[in-house]
Amino acid sequence: MAGDFDKTFKALVAPEPRLLLDRLHAENGQSLGQLCEGMEMTRQAVTRHLKLLEEATLVVPIWRGREKLHYLNPMPIHEIAERWIGKYERGRLRVLAELKTKLEGETNG
Amino acid sequence: MAESQFMYVTYIRTTPEKLWRALTEPEFTRQFWMGTTQESEWTPGASWRIMKPDGRTADSGEVLEIEPRKRLVLKWRNELFPEMTAEGYSRMTYEIEEKGETVKLTVTHIMEKSGSKFIKAVSTGWPMILASLKSLLETGESLASTRHWPEGM
Repeated sequence: MAGDFDKTFKALVAPEPRLLLDRLHAENGQSLGQLCEGMEMTRQAVTRHLKLLEEATLVVPIWRGREKLHYLNPMPIHEIAERWIGKYERGRLRVLAELKTKLEGETNG
Repeated sequence: MAESQFMYVTYIRTTPEKLWRALTEPEFTRQFWMGTTQESEWTPGASWRIMKPDGRTADSGEVLEIEPRKRLVLKWRNELFPEMTAEGYSRMTYEIEEKGETVKLTVTHIMEKSGSKFIKAVSTGWPMILASLKSLLETGESLASTRHWPEGM
């Protein structure tokens, strides 16, 4: 649905929410406190970005007792990929992406 | 935390009844779930298994909780790859909620073990399968890449 894509893109405009997604990708199921650690952002700012991510269902909260844990939901981004990147292109793109990572790794490393 | 967990949430324009049938009945699962079919009595405690198109069991387990059109919890172990079979049973939950004109499907897959190879493997499979399920229910057509069992698996 168009409205869902709007929410997804809106939630991803700023770099901070993307950083939060990276942190959840590295370790899924973190609390607000854990996500705030080592971030150059106030707790309020992290809360605000998480709210946008939750509204776009990019992040799903799960309550464990009194603790709210945040999980990365890959579906909205997968749906974007599915809509604009053809099913047949994916294999080729993955090879190119892997090649890029490998070459950049060699240059930087 | 000593566990591996993945969550998938997707909103589908359908009814809980249709979604439930799509998740459990072979004529639907074949179309969006790599040609697989499931076998179970679908009652608490009943055995459950999912079979590849050639009839081999891919995963097996047991129905832990079942509430048709609302909730299904399965005990789930991979049977194809010895290193994943060795990790033991995971727990997979479908939760279905009606939200206006859409139905919210939440899939949770947990293994009580950190760095699970099995959870890592299913975490790339689920988004494809669920996107295809959504496409099937909304447009009548699943995604071509999910209609057949992947080569070499």
